[in-house]
Amino acid sequence: MTLTVDSAASLPSGPPKHFLEVRDLRVAFPTDDGLVRSVDGLSFSVERGKTMGIVGESGSGKSVTSQAILGLQKGTRAQVSGEIWFDGEELVGMTADEMRSLRGNKLAMIFQDPLSSMHPFYKVGEQIVEAYRIHNDVSKQAARKRAIEMLDRVGIPNPDRRVDDYPHQFSGGMRQRAMIAMALVNDPQLLIADEPTTALDVTVQAQILDLLRDLQKEFNSAIILITHDLGVIAEIADDVTVMYGGRCVEQGAVRDLFYQPEMPYTWGLLGSMPRLDRDRKGRLDPIPGNPPSLINLPKGCVFNPRCRFQGHVSGSACRDTRPDLLEASPGHSVRCHIPVEERHTIWRDQIKPAL
Amino acid sequence: MFRYIVRRLLGAVVVVFIVSLVTFFLFSVGPKITGSSPAYLYVGKNPTPELVAAIEKSFGLDQPLVTQYAQYMKGIVVGREFSDGTAEGTRPCPAPCFGYSFRYQAPVWDLMKDRFPVTLSLAVGAAILWLIFGLSVGILSALKRGTLVDRIAMITALAGVSLPVYFTGLVLLYVFVYGPIRFLPPPSWVPLTENPFAWFQALILPWVALAFLYAALYARLTRANMLDTMSEDYIRTAVAKGLSRRKVISKHALRAALTPIITIFGLDVGALLGGAILTEKVFSLPGLGYLAIDAIGKQDLPVIMGVTIIAALFIVVANIVVDVLYGVVDPRVRLS
Repeated sequence: MTLTVDSAASLPSGPPKHFLEVRDLRVAFPTDDGLVRSVDGLSFSVERGKTMGIVGESGSGKSVTSQAILGLQKGTRAQVSGEIWFDGEELVGMTADEMRSLRGNKLAMIFQDPLSSMHPFYKVGEQIVEAYRIHNDVSKQAARKRAIEMLDRVGIPNPDRRVDDYPHQFSGGMRQRAMIAMALVNDPQLLIADEPTTALDVTVQAQILDLLRDLQKEFNSAIILITHDLGVIAEIADDVTVMYGGRCVEQGAVRDLFYQPEMPYTWGLLGSMPRLDRDRKGRLDPIPGNPPSLINLPKGCVFNPRCRFQGHVSGSACRDTRPDLLEASPGHSVRCHIPVEERHTIWRDQIKPAL
Repeated sequence: MFRYIVRRLLGAVVVVFIVSLVTFFLFSVGPKITGSSPAYLYVGKNPTPELVAAIEKSFGLDQPLVTQYAQYMKGIVVGREFSDGTAEGTRPCPAPCFGYSFRYQAPVWDLMKDRFPVTLSLAVGAAILWLIFGLSVGILSALKRGTLVDRIAMITALAGVSLPVYFTGLVLLYVFVYGPIRFLPPPSWVPLTENPFAWFQALILPWVALAFLYAALYARLTRANMLDTMSEDYIRTAVAKGLSRRKVISKHALRAALTPIITIFGLDVGALLGGAILTEKVFSLPGLGYLAIDAIGKQDLPVIMGVTIIAALFIVVANIVVDVLYGVVDPRVRLS
């Protein structure tokens, strides 16, 4: 494989090789202050039965990516380009109506806050029935039976009675189960979970992740899991994309990311997980600074204003040249100017012992 | 639910009771402070002391205030009779007796009963108009946010909120009745049962003037609610299900955006039923508001009190209706 300077040129073109393939996705929003480049040249792929975790801080473009896959920006002022291949079909170029027939059907999504994500005025069952009947021409009774079946499947006790409850009568964990039931009611092949456990307490988080894993096995669906919680990623993902400032800065199998992370930002994320076995001062090691403005991205490496390791790069490449996403080892790509050997040394000698 | 309504009704009785108490003592204490007796308001200029004493006796004004209040409340429930002991001085006031007007020489209840259909016609007609226009303009504006349509609608609404009824009312009267287009006859009240067409002709301008003000308020409110709702997570969920935009708006967004409007609508109609003073005055409609403002000008205390209590009653009842309706619409406030 020859490495070219322009990363876009090295992207695959032609028919997709994967179940879901996102190629050079760009989403920008024109605002009064300028163009907000929320996602800028993101590529990744997911197979059926596999889970891709997307990690990053708020404003790194994770949620915008998921909305782009669902086509939620169609008909808005957002500028979307690139390609999204899903089961042999290209989604970016689809019309809003074509996209609508896929949405909630072959592609489904669950959201962060299950209380605000359900309509407070409609019964849980009605909302699931609605989701089912959009894409299936069945009677209300049949749809209701299906809703009860789904509620039962996601572990709601007494589903035949709870189906007539309103969302506020459910607990937080049950609401998220109901949301999952609603998303899975049409047997989607791709499930996008946007921070599905963030609003839940920790014991319930684990149950929900278990449920997702079981359902994935049962339905053989692909999952994109968006989170800022590396613990969730370690629990459930097969591959990980680390996003920063609207781009992918590191991508690879979950083992590589946790055992051989190479990008200083990923090190920072790992370091900012609190550790109870340290004294109070050393428990948490946050990344200094703030995420960049998506209107005025820093020159050079997007992460450079917060990076402590620029001394390992000769000259001012970090501040002048945007690094490309290059393969460091098979299946593991990193966007960083620090030479690979040096990165391994830093990880082994400085970062890993401190974690 | 039943117990809830009963509890609310009992609460309403207490509120009306307090309003009646405050109004009664306000109006009874007022003349005492200035050192005059309300009896002077019944009689002409330079009355003889004997006449004043007779009036005071027949209206019970010589009794202590607490007794007067008790008689007043009793009159509302069972009726009473004002009498100075002579046959020609006896004035019957059947229940519900809200006192006896000094000026009109008639029971207050009869006066209010005659005026009420006017106010009711005005309020209901205007309410229908402003609901239709206010809501549709508000919804349209929200859906077309930032476009020319939205801007024109919101500037018009701002004008509607800012211009008082006595301005828009007079402009309407000038344009359609007295001015260039003599499209309508000068407004004069005709009951609906008597001549529906004349009734409509007399009310169309007041309706428009009153509805313009409220429609403007409702349009702005609806637009704001609608925009808020459209950015709710559950709307995103509805879109993610694959619902069409039309369905998302009609089934998910409108239901949530319009619910708070019920509260305001109920209270507005309730308040208007107690008399739309400005509109009635501008268009010379003999409604409760007109009666009240007239009574204030003539210091006709029993009428002012009667209208105040009735207006308070309407607001309290509107409040209960709104609360019960809200429970029907929003399952979160439904009580088990």
